[in-house]
Amino acid sequence: MSLLRRLRYQLAIFFSVVGPGFITAVVDNDAGGIYTYSQAGARYGYLPLWTLLPITLLLIVAQEMCSRMGAVTGKGLSDLIREEFGLRVTFAMMLALVAANLTNVMANFAGIASSLELFGISRYISVPLGALAVWLLVVKGTYERIERIFLFATALYVCYIASGILVKPDWREAAVNSVRPVLMFETGYITLLIGMVGTSVAPWMQFYLQAAIVEKGVTAKEYAQSRVEVIVGCIVMSVIAFFIIVACAGAIGSAGPRDIRDAADAAEGLKPFGQYAFLLFAAGLFNASLFAACILPLSTSYTVCEGLGFESGVNNKLSEAPIFYGLFTFLVVVGAGVVLLPGFPLVRMILFSQVLNGFLLPFVLIFQVLLVNKPRLMKEWKNSGAYNFVTWVAVTVMIGLTLTLVGITARDMLK
Amino acid sequence: MHDILFLTELVGLKVHDLRGRGIGRVKDAAIVPLIDVNRVDRFLIGGGLAWFSIRHDQVRSIDLDGIHLSDEKLTPYHADEYMLRIVRDLLDQQIIDAEGRKVVRVTDLTFRVRHHHGHPTLNVEEIDIGLRSIFRRLVQGALPRRWVRVLQQPIPPHSIDWAKCNILEADPMRRLRLNISNRLLEEMHPADLAEIVEELGPDDREAIFSTIDAEMAAETLSEVDPGIQASILESLDTEKAAEIVEEMSPDEAADALTELERETAGEILEEMEREDGEGVRELLGFKRDTAGGLMNTEYVTLPHQAVVGDALAALRRDEDLLESLNTLFLVDERERLTGVVPLARLLLQESATPLVSLAAETAISVHVTEHQDRVAELFDKYNLLCLPVVGEHGVICGVITADDIISLLRNE
Repeated sequence: MSLLRRLRYQLAIFFSVVGPGFITAVVDNDAGGIYTYSQAGARYGYLPLWTLLPITLLLIVAQEMCSRMGAVTGKGLSDLIREEFGLRVTFAMMLALVAANLTNVMANFAGIASSLELFGISRYISVPLGALAVWLLVVKGTYERIERIFLFATALYVCYIASGILVKPDWREAAVNSVRPVLMFETGYITLLIGMVGTSVAPWMQFYLQAAIVEKGVTAKEYAQSRVEVIVGCIVMSVIAFFIIVACAGAIGSAGPRDIRDAADAAEGLKPFGQYAFLLFAAGLFNASLFAACILPLSTSYTVCEGLGFESGVNNKLSEAPIFYGLFTFLVVVGAGVVLLPGFPLVRMILFSQVLNGFLLPFVLIFQVLLVNKPRLMKEWKNSGAYNFVTWVAVTVMIGLTLTLVGITARDMLK
Repeated sequence: MHDILFLTELVGLKVHDLRGRGIGRVKDAAIVPLIDVNRVDRFLIGGGLAWFSIRHDQVRSIDLDGIHLSDEKLTPYHADEYMLRIVRDLLDQQIIDAEGRKVVRVTDLTFRVRHHHGHPTLNVEEIDIGLRSIFRRLVQGALPRRWVRVLQQPIPPHSIDWAKCNILEADPMRRLRLNISNRLLEEMHPADLAEIVEELGPDDREAIFSTIDAEMAAETLSEVDPGIQASILESLDTEKAAEIVEEMSPDEAADALTELERETAGEILEEMEREDGEGVRELLGFKRDTAGGLMNTEYVTLPHQAVVGDALAALRRDEDLLESLNTLFLVDERERLTGVVPLARLLLQESATPLVSLAAETAISVHVTEHQDRVAELFDKYNLLCLPVVGEHGVICGVITADDIISLLRNE
């Protein structure tokens, strides 16, 4: 085989393995996630690293259920909720999802703005251009092309691994803290740990993943492969999170622990370790924000239109799916627009989105477990007794932590 | 009182006995399709702990204020397999809009109230799917029925004629009992049905392919995305799958079978009629991205010396092929390709004209092992509609048509 052919073959293998499960897990590290992990490293150094292991497990349990349901039923999560729990429940859920995701979109456009400001580009240029790019990419590109661009974007997360290495952190310390749980009864620390779990599982991901599995036409028989992909995706997500924490711990946390304002502030903190560490961190932030700014509005529009029975999909023309494209445009325009409004309470909105996510997630997870246990839907692929136990424990832990986070955030907002 | 009623209005409607006492509220309504596919046959009433059912001819009047009965007979409700329960089985579920060629989700139903032998009956008229019906569902029970009718006016309605709806039911026994046929689907264009099938879950796909006739199933399956194609064939029983694959053109059949697991594909080939099976088997031997993998074996050859009359006679024998045929091939006594005759040139000729005189100046052909990219280049360069494929010593073994190239390019 010629070298070129072999390369093409290997790329084909890569793209066949890397799919919805991988994309979902990686997009999980969006602007909000990066901020949380940076803050963890900058404030507490290597100490919070141990949480990544349980987070990965929780994430795998949640994601695995979704992808299994998608493969077996061939239907999206919002479809199933509508069929089994009726229109009112679905409508209320979609309303909350749109609100939560709108604020998530804002956070990511803010991420685009602040990351490019590190390169000296004004937000009044970067944000409108970013929004236009997102809109055109989705509306004018076909689905297959979009997915390829997305897959390419996942490769750019390597930036974080590189910047983590460039900072020359204390690897021994990092390794020890990855497996040694440290609990301090300090409000800031506890809040941070909960925040890390909270940002790791977001309601939109569950909807997006299941829809993407269905869209890809994965069948129950081929599901084993998707399960591997979901697990690999979750691990990769944690590895990236690990390097973000390590980079900030090495650069900021071990020199002079402090709170950071946003993810761009963390990038600034990397500057003493060379231009590249800084550049890569900033580029990673830009990539992640743009990526999430594409997927979030798209996935929200899909989910809502599916659940409420409107025509959806990027293969439709504008006139064939007006509500789908209308909602998508609304999310992009408003999400990007508010970042440019002087005096808009952006931070408050992002905290608010965390609260909304937190309120929504228990419902999503509980519906998921109920659905995945319906023999009529899942047949022999429903949860086994032991797995169900694990699932309920995971779901309960996650709900408990999320609601605690909601409480803490709400308290901060009222302060 | 208008002569229509929505399901959202019917559900929760108060039911009164002969003396006007309330005895419960409507919980669901059932059609018995074997008797009448439109008419609500039973009303299921919940009062106190148990549900009971009321036949349509026990109703004296029905309007937005309630239902009044004409006799005292109340039958306890028990599950009946011949009933299609509207709230349970239809509401919020997917159905196929055969006219709009879409999968839609039922949000509400519109009944027309008809008077029949002096008592009112409800007949399903439309399935409501748009924003207006969503509004009705959201405020159902929260606002008085008459207000809802007024408030919904500014929202444009979006409904589908009940006669154009195809219900989805995966269980074959239930399909029989509920008199659900897929007749409407068989009248659609295969390409449209293929798009619908792609949107459905695996159970519904299997149900559709096991009920529609084999020819339609084959044409539809050819249009479906390869991955889904494979999962459909795997879900059907071997006999049915073989019946469908037989009806497909050999190249499409071969493409579909290569997507399957080797074992399943073998079983299907075993089950197929010998002649069809062999043609497909031959094609399966070629690599997918070569001319051999692209070609099909449906072509017509004639001896080099043949005249127009012979060609017409040959075409009469192979009428099935006519629809997609645009070229005849001339071969020598050892089946080697010697000439290509565009079909249209026959039209203006006497039957004694030798075919050789009508052949294209240059006979372009391609070897079975040629890479597909090169094949596409040839189509582009010579503006071909079809291209003969030859094997060892120039023996013709298949033909590639422009539609194969279009799918190839689109997939890239």
